[in-house]
Amino acid sequence: MEKDSVLEMRGIYKSFYSVKALQNVDFTLREGEIHALMGENGAGKSTLIKVLTGVYAKDDGQVFLKGHEGPINIKSPEEAQKAGISTVYQEITLCPNLTVAENMYIGRSKGVITKWHQMNASANRILESLGIPAKAEQQLGSCSIAVQQMVAIARAVDMECKVLILDEPTSSLDESEVAKLFRLMLDLKARGVGIIFVTHFLDQVYEVCDRITVLRDGQLVGEYAIENLPRVELVSKMLGKELDDLSEIKSGDEEQKISNEIVYDAEGLSSIAARSPFNFSIHKGEVNGFTGLLGSGRSECVRAIFGADKVTGGTEHMNGKGVRISKPRDAMKHGIGYLPEDRKRDGIVGDLSVRDNIILALQVLEGFFGPISRAKAEKFADEYIKLLDIKTASTDTPIKSLSGGNQQKVILARWLLTNPQYLILDEPTRGIDIGTKIEIQKLVLKLAGEGKSVTFISSEIDEMLRTCSRLIVMRDGKQVGELSGGDLTQTKVMSTIAGGAK
Amino acid sequence: MKAVVDKKTRRLAPMSDTNLLLTITIVVFFAMYLAAMLFIGRGFLRVQTFFNILNENAALIILSCGMSIVMIAGGIDISVGKLTALICMSAAVNLDYQGGSVMSAIFLSLAIGLAFGIVQGALVAFLDIQPFIVTLAGMFFAKGMTTIVNSTQFNVQNEAFVALKNTRIYIPFLGSVNRRGVFVPAYVEIGVVVAIVTVIVLFIMLRWTKLGRSLYAVGGNPQSANMLGINVKKTRFLSHLLCGLLAGIGGFVYFLHVGSGAPSHATGAEMNAIASSIIGGTMLTGGVGNIIGTFFGVLSLSTIKNIVSLLGLDDAWWTNITVAAMICIFLVVQSVVLLRKNKRS
Repeated sequence: MEKDSVLEMRGIYKSFYSVKALQNVDFTLREGEIHALMGENGAGKSTLIKVLTGVYAKDDGQVFLKGHEGPINIKSPEEAQKAGISTVYQEITLCPNLTVAENMYIGRSKGVITKWHQMNASANRILESLGIPAKAEQQLGSCSIAVQQMVAIARAVDMECKVLILDEPTSSLDESEVAKLFRLMLDLKARGVGIIFVTHFLDQVYEVCDRITVLRDGQLVGEYAIENLPRVELVSKMLGKELDDLSEIKSGDEEQKISNEIVYDAEGLSSIAARSPFNFSIHKGEVNGFTGLLGSGRSECVRAIFGADKVTGGTEHMNGKGVRISKPRDAMKHGIGYLPEDRKRDGIVGDLSVRDNIILALQVLEGFFGPISRAKAEKFADEYIKLLDIKTASTDTPIKSLSGGNQQKVILARWLLTNPQYLILDEPTRGIDIGTKIEIQKLVLKLAGEGKSVTFISSEIDEMLRTCSRLIVMRDGKQVGELSGGDLTQTKVMSTIAGGAK
Repeated sequence: MKAVVDKKTRRLAPMSDTNLLLTITIVVFFAMYLAAMLFIGRGFLRVQTFFNILNENAALIILSCGMSIVMIAGGIDISVGKLTALICMSAAVNLDYQGGSVMSAIFLSLAIGLAFGIVQGALVAFLDIQPFIVTLAGMFFAKGMTTIVNSTQFNVQNEAFVALKNTRIYIPFLGSVNRRGVFVPAYVEIGVVVAIVTVIVLFIMLRWTKLGRSLYAVGGNPQSANMLGINVKKTRFLSHLLCGLLAGIGGFVYFLHVGSGAPSHATGAEMNAIASSIIGGTMLTGGVGNIIGTFFGVLSLSTIKNIVSLLGLDDAWWTNITVAAMICIFLVVQSVVLLRKNKRS
């Protein structure tokens, strides 16, 4: 082990079923550095971290930790904590039925007796110093997701840790919360803690990190000091190829292809979630999008269109004919597909195979009394796995063992299979690597070219600008603007969101 | 957005689900008892009626405590009723046919309960088998073993035991005046003392000890609990072990109350224990519950049964239907309250 390193992983191997998740991966973390672990979805970042924290047992390889003679074998998260490795996972791994303070201290207090008073006092102190808007005595389940994530971070940083792992901690945080987190990370760094930072946001990497390790397809690509690796190179290393010129995705003559035919329109539509009524329409072959800050009501609008929340008013037309869509099944019958924002909760059925997940929507449409034959299902599954380049061991693999990006593709395949005339994609690219993002964006434009209408929602404005020909801007649950043509620029969108262009 | 968040945090932290359900249970119990005193009067006006409810249910209170513990940890144990019968029969045989003493009978009861807890807990925790299935097997095993130990009912004659059974602990200053104008003090049996001590010890255990809090964490979300550094398997194992041990204690208390061994003893006690836990605010989904609530759950269940029989509706089916209605009402009230609360936040 080198003198200044706190953690070394050598020759790590791990496979699931027949998928090789990690092959001969090395990783070194030095004292007082912030080390970005980069790679596309399915590159093995999460697996490497779970091996390190004892969630998965490694198949082969050695882990060295400062202060331990020889290789150590971490068999459970409990042991990892004791060895000084604390982790904030991408999904919130706290107990919603316990209080905030308990979630910060449970599993690591020394005594047998819980000293509530003392625990609440120190928890409140930490929450306050980090500016987290929660009370120690509050039940965690009553906090918002972002606050819960901050509590998880508070728990991790309060531990006397040598190694802090942050696995996509920023995906549910807003800008000021991210800034707070970064200040905290720099603080810890100054105290000599080694931090492993996993994120999809390149900006964030270049803002705080000192060093980058890149993984691809379960293999180590290399370790680089941040100043020696410009962005473009980082991306091409992650993808393993030179990046397509992003601006080429959308060609200039696209807009002419949109016909005047209106596929869907709604007037004064409202639901229990989208309270203020809105008007909306989409043409055949058009890609439009809802934009706005998180929580501005983007998702609520499209959920109202799909009938996912209880519709409370408004009239809707499909191809000029009046329709009533009060539940998702109605929408599906009229040829509307909806890819939900929260794929874990609303999208995948984790224990079912990839094949069954793909045919699910079609099966619902056909009714349960006309089952799709195995052979037919197999054919559909194979077709879409090839079409969307889904990385899976077989059609029988349970979907939960796939990486996030591939799960998303499976759900996309599910809707494409029903051949909808209007497809709503709510954050289809969240938590997905750049390569897959581009693939999905290309696919959206291809679908539009084939005459389908698509509504696209994304938190990343440049992604929307590349794909959509019309943007509806939301603020505080209301439509505040509509941009198209020459107005589709980053600054224009930003100023409309901010309310500068009234 | 920002202003809303700030306002929310300045307000007092909202009550946890566990405490909210506990409050509902206690309020409902007192309201029910008060209503019975006002509108039915008769027996409910005598202090001893309340203590008789305790005397009758001391064993059920202890069994329900065990049930609540496994339920809080996200499990269930349906073997406790038949296990109680097995313990009664074994203790009875030990006392009368094998020349055992009260101490040896107590020891035997605890050992049987603990053995069941250990085996069932190991199967659930380390082999990851559904607790329902494991304890279903345990239930059949206990049922079979009871008849192997002794197939017929008999009353225990052992003098020391009978003396203990008839011991009454009088409550100072409480009692009622009988028809002849003599003051009769209220009393409880020894089992009630055991039950109360059990409730207090377990309440403290669940609220303040590491194990207690781990039980809630595991019941709330086992994956997260694991990530938080809690030994989930050990916690699950201990929940069943505790339930088994409590079934041992409860079994002996039951035995002390009835003073006999019979294969039909404590039939359906596991269902009463589950019902009491649910009425007491323990959720089948795990992670939420309170021992004090369970205590009041048992009392509520017994009180409603008493009310039904005092109203002259003594048929078994009336009692059952009332109990069913009560569980339903409690579940509806609980979910409505929790839904409203979670919508607000």
